[in-house]
Amino acid sequence: MRWFIAVLITSALYAQTPAGNAQKGKQLFQSDGCYQCHGREAQGGPGTGPRLAPKPIAFANFTKYVRHPAGQMPPYTARVVSDEDLSDIYAFLSSQPQPPPAKTIPLLND
Amino acid sequence: MAKSSKPAVNRRNFLKSAAGGTAALAAATNQANAQDTGRARPAAAVAAKEADPPSTLEVLTVDRTGSDFMVDIIKHLGFEYVCANPGSSFRALHESLINYGGNANPEFITCCHEESSIAMAHGYAKVEGKPLLVMAHGTVGLQHASMAIYNAYCDRAPVYIIVGNSIDAAARRPGVEWDHSVQDAAVLVRDFVKWDDLPISLPHFAESAVRAYKIAMTPPMMPVLLVADSDLQERAVPSNAALHLPKLSQTAPPQGDVTAVAEAARSLVAAENPVLVTDRAARTAAGLKLLVELAETLQAPVINQAGRMNFPSRHPLNLTDNSRALLGNADVILGLELTDFWGTVNNFRDQQERSSRSILKPGVKLISITAVDLFSKSNYQDLQRYPEVDLAITGDAEATLPSLIEACKKLLTADRKRTLEDRGKKLGAAHQEALERARTEAAYGWDASPISTSRVAAELWAKVKDKDWSLVSGGAWTQRLWNFDKYSQYIGGSGGAGVGYGAPAALGAALANKKHGRLSVNIQNDGDLMYAPGVLWTAAHHQIPLLSVMHNNRAYHQEVMHIQRMANRHQRGVTRAGIGTTILDPNIDYAAIARGMGVHGEGPITDPKDLGPAIGRALDVVSRGAPALVDVVTQPR
Repeated sequence: MRWFIAVLITSALYAQTPAGNAQKGKQLFQSDGCYQCHGREAQGGPGTGPRLAPKPIAFANFTKYVRHPAGQMPPYTARVVSDEDLSDIYAFLSSQPQPPPAKTIPLLND
Repeated sequence: MAKSSKPAVNRRNFLKSAAGGTAALAAATNQANAQDTGRARPAAAVAAKEADPPSTLEVLTVDRTGSDFMVDIIKHLGFEYVCANPGSSFRALHESLINYGGNANPEFITCCHEESSIAMAHGYAKVEGKPLLVMAHGTVGLQHASMAIYNAYCDRAPVYIIVGNSIDAAARRPGVEWDHSVQDAAVLVRDFVKWDDLPISLPHFAESAVRAYKIAMTPPMMPVLLVADSDLQERAVPSNAALHLPKLSQTAPPQGDVTAVAEAARSLVAAENPVLVTDRAARTAAGLKLLVELAETLQAPVINQAGRMNFPSRHPLNLTDNSRALLGNADVILGLELTDFWGTVNNFRDQQERSSRSILKPGVKLISITAVDLFSKSNYQDLQRYPEVDLAITGDAEATLPSLIEACKKLLTADRKRTLEDRGKKLGAAHQEALERARTEAAYGWDASPISTSRVAAELWAKVKDKDWSLVSGGAWTQRLWNFDKYSQYIGGSGGAGVGYGAPAALGAALANKKHGRLSVNIQNDGDLMYAPGVLWTAAHHQIPLLSVMHNNRAYHQEVMHIQRMANRHQRGVTRAGIGTTILDPNIDYAAIARGMGVHGEGPITDPKDLGPAIGRALDVVSRGAPALVDVVTQPR
């Protein structure tokens, strides 16, 4: 039952995801400085910011955190980044490809 | 007044009179003037002086000077190298070192900036376990050197500094020598050196030189400074001088109180979830082995904050990547030479309203072992926030470990050992999971350009892993991906976070590694190199093998993030955060800079596929005993 409710909530959160422009979102990810802590591919930076892509957290949680971060991240209010821009950034994050498994990269196996 | 009724006899002239008779007094004034290299004087006046017939009583040469004796002391202390940018306030000592001393033990290393001299000494000390000598002007040289001295002070590293100064105002050459003289040279850095002195005689110099060495090498180790008066350097050693070389008796490192150590052992052995946290705990290779023994005895996880090479990165009990969860679940935490115990166990938020909260569960017992409790100063605030520990053991961690290990072993019953072994197996599995997680994370952005820092670390590791390597600066990903298992493989960071440490400290460490035949590897930040890039010339001139791979993110990236934080907090957007924080337009060609200094230079590398071959070519150069630099345009972090 708990599992069913969790799936229901998660589905509801993702259902609220607006369609964004991934190409524009990529530009915004640079110009809004997201990449400074999270890396240009949103892969995360050691000691600065976690990996965001691919498969970002649900859009509702994403916007909530950006506006009112609970950790070290500086807040991005609507005066700085519009809701539409956030949608585009989210689309960029969602469009990022999954990297090859580490086990298939010889340099990461010794 | 008495002052005006006496002839102007300074110390230099007094000694000359003793050697050459009273008639030499007037002539000595002429000699001092003739040596004037300061401000320009009319050519006619110079010509007239040079035409004066020399006095038969004038003292123009000397056979054995104070500076020669200073070299005897310097050799007695066993310095291998002296790093310096030349300066007239120590000209006699410089000359004595290269001629009387034969430019060997110590060998003169020509530096292009005093900050580089000190940082080289800093890096050298962390590899070799002892200081090298730095010489500098007591004024402008020490001013240049001061930031690097602060780094070494914060990093508890021994650096031995001699600065020149001209104390006797009546003997100074007009002009520059006045600009380069000071009443109290050491006051500039007294807040962040462990000890300093101004010897006024050669016996005084001898005692203070040996005392300074002893103080620098007693944990907590720190920089020390001696002022070498130019008069003391340049005047003749009196024929009747009773000079000797005082015995150097180094202090045995202080050990923690036996009763307190026993209490710590009881807590650690009884704990269900003990955690060992290390920062500058291992001073030597023996320290690393002792930390392994303690961890294995307790089957306790180790969080390595990496101020030194404390613990093997792939030891099953190394759980640095799991630190937050481990600390939050711990019932006993042992901090070994931690820089910031409070910051280790609290979460601090840098938002408009700064806040903090403990990450610990109630009832956890905190134990610290540190020699830093034996030494305190007030002005500079590297002491960090006050840690509310339950048991503070004052003593050097490495020196205290044998008694702590013995006390723990005595308390372990067979049943307890079996329980701890079960715990160790679970921790080993968690370690393996953390390593796999690190490798998975490293794959994200693998083919990106600019090149990911994880890719840089992995490409470099593939090329060095089968050699006797030593990472002498930089690289967050290396701690997660590389297999560190020897003490010589890592030297920690700057200590005081003063930018400009990386390049010269790496070179100083490489200088120490040279005689051991170790490959020194430096992951070099771009902003750091631009503080004093002349260090590349020093590397080429002295043929110090060092592989530098640039982490060139074209910014003072930490500051980019700080300005972004402020801009967001003020709701003005971050689009202008690069003003004053980035190093763009023009992009700096570090490979060209390296080549201009006589160092093999490649790059900028922007395609990750080109990185491995470039590192390979650079390694070929380094294997022939020369420095090489590969410029890599990277992701921010």
